[in-house]
Amino acid sequence: MLFAVPVQALFGQLLIGLINGSFYALLSLGLAIIFGLLNVVNFAHGALYMLGAFVAWFLSEKAGVGYWGALVLAPLAVGIFGAIAERLFLRRLAGLDPLYGLLLTFGLALILQGLFSNWFGSSGMPYEMPERLTGGRALGFMFLPNYRIWVIGVSLVICFGTWAVIERTRLGSWLRAATENAALVSAFGINVPRMITITYALGVALAALAGVLAAPIYRVSPLMGADLIIVVFAVVVIGGMGSILGSIITGFSLGILEGLTKVFYPEASNTVIFVVMALVLLVRPAGLFGKQA
Amino acid sequence: MRHAILALAIVASATAARADFTGKSIKIGVLNDQSGLYKDLAGPGSVMAAKMAAEEFGNKIGDTPIEIISADHQNKPDVGSAIARQWYDVDGVDVIVDVPTSSVALAIAQITKEKNKVFLASGPAASDLTGPKCSPNTVHWTYDTYALAHTTGKAEVDAGGKTWFFLTADYAFGAALERDTTAVVKEAGGTIVGGVKHPLNTTDFSSFLLQAQSSKAQVIGLANAGGDTINSIKAAHEFGIVKGGQKLAGLLVFVTDVHALGLETAQGLLLSESFYWDRDAKTRAWSKKWSERMAGQEPSMVQAGVYAAVLHYLKALKALKSDADGKAVVDQMKKLSTDDPLFGKGTIRPDGRKMHPMYLYEVKAPSESKGAWDLYKLIKEFPADQAFRPLDKGECPLVTGAAPAPAK
Repeated sequence: MLFAVPVQALFGQLLIGLINGSFYALLSLGLAIIFGLLNVVNFAHGALYMLGAFVAWFLSEKAGVGYWGALVLAPLAVGIFGAIAERLFLRRLAGLDPLYGLLLTFGLALILQGLFSNWFGSSGMPYEMPERLTGGRALGFMFLPNYRIWVIGVSLVICFGTWAVIERTRLGSWLRAATENAALVSAFGINVPRMITITYALGVALAALAGVLAAPIYRVSPLMGADLIIVVFAVVVIGGMGSILGSIITGFSLGILEGLTKVFYPEASNTVIFVVMALVLLVRPAGLFGKQA
Repeated sequence: MRHAILALAIVASATAARADFTGKSIKIGVLNDQSGLYKDLAGPGSVMAAKMAAEEFGNKIGDTPIEIISADHQNKPDVGSAIARQWYDVDGVDVIVDVPTSSVALAIAQITKEKNKVFLASGPAASDLTGPKCSPNTVHWTYDTYALAHTTGKAEVDAGGKTWFFLTADYAFGAALERDTTAVVKEAGGTIVGGVKHPLNTTDFSSFLLQAQSSKAQVIGLANAGGDTINSIKAAHEFGIVKGGQKLAGLLVFVTDVHALGLETAQGLLLSESFYWDRDAKTRAWSKKWSERMAGQEPSMVQAGVYAAVLHYLKALKALKSDADGKAVVDQMKKLSTDDPLFGKGTIRPDGRKMHPMYLYEVKAPSESKGAWDLYKLIKEFPADQAFRPLDKGECPLVTGAAPAPAK
């Protein structure tokens, strides 16, 4: 079976896996940050990814703001929405069992998806690809659309940028410290509640950014997040809940694994990630990069 | 005392005059995808279509009111079967309508036969419903995989597409569509060079399209539907498949899919439908009424099929004055010739196949379109006997007289 696939075709598949991995990485990164600091399993992440794509669509339909504007404005808008949601709802659940946060965000996701599906139906809306990123280049073994190169680039920069901010800057050190012991950090005069709000907003802004990146390739559709979120959760579980670098690396590598499955046994391409998840949970319950409890 | 007797007599005569409808009402259950990838082409729009058919009868036959209920089968055979059993056994539903997703439809056909009710299939595609899996209780209305293969598929073969690669949705429908199209391709001397079976509801098709591209097939046949077709076509556009000289054959594309894709991406695509809202004055008039109640969308052929099938079902009930025996109702439907504004005059064959023309359309270029839903131009009309499988070729036990195949 392996030898039935030419090496060149395999390269193409690896590259495509990397592109899908970019989305997994961006989304699971946001989830990891939110879980790390807030201890909230943010089930609304998929819905907020969808919201990001819809904001981009609205901007282009109603306000004439194109892709480049949306790339900044949509994450900002969704980030503000996230900050409000955190202040109004999530904050009240601090200190309770994480199950409550999960239920709340799951409910939020259902409401958002239900509303949008009611308004826009399930087929979704087309979103124009920016002129500058259309077309593609022939690589010999495949035709690679420019837009996909762009997606990989943005995703890598954002992922490792975020990682660097959290691991290498003062702000990041506060964040990490607050994760360990919020009471102590606030004793040093740091406004922990505000930091939590900002973190949540940042996490969901990453989801919205992924949504804008996805809009020209897939459809802007109310269900786009629901289809993706379960996979992304599996990625986070495999990488280790709350591990930032883990979620990035797992995101990209599982994208590649999925791409390979699409070549060798396409029927299983929806399930392969869950099989890996089950195996990882058996061997390392805290995930590949998580701290063993 | 005299008054009492009089009253009794009136009650008795009223009961005698009343038709023999089971339960308090004629209960029509619209069972389809209300939330997933097939929602727009069926979903609430099909429920509205059924309501409009009931309204033509003043929402009652004789004194018996017509009631329409609906549910979401989530494209899962187990969910659909559970709802159907509940509807038939507990809720007094007389007929189940629509049921896109062939795997669910095949399960519903089986249950309906078991309970001797009526199944009016509009959404599902698998031609097995009137083939080996045919049932005396099923009418398959709108289209089927054989018809798609012999219209869109044949048009592509006739245009010179001899080598094919399939992108097939991995369930009953995709398998049936691939099988029926393969037959057409081979009959014309073409070959199948490869294919992939993808899971239902896949987001990213680029990997599959890359395989299709390296197969060097002249035609990439999309044996999928709804959101899966939209995503396939989008990705094919992005990866330069069509520019590279390969043709896409959307074997099942609905008007809602084309609308979602936008003409820029979809232009030039060939597809077949048995109903298009803008075909003639009658379809436009009905679609306008439907559209006004559905926030300006236009109906798909599945939704049109629900309307026409329910209309014909109610005609049969009116003639029969009973809904107790599902098989007898379907026999009556087959006896009456069909006539409605959307599909014209037609018949229902002994195997349950509704006969009407199919139309081959081409998606317009953006410059040709005059509105958001002005999407198709007619290429060719296929009369019913050319579009649908000949009665004697379907291996339907009702026709061949053979013992029905044991249920699996």
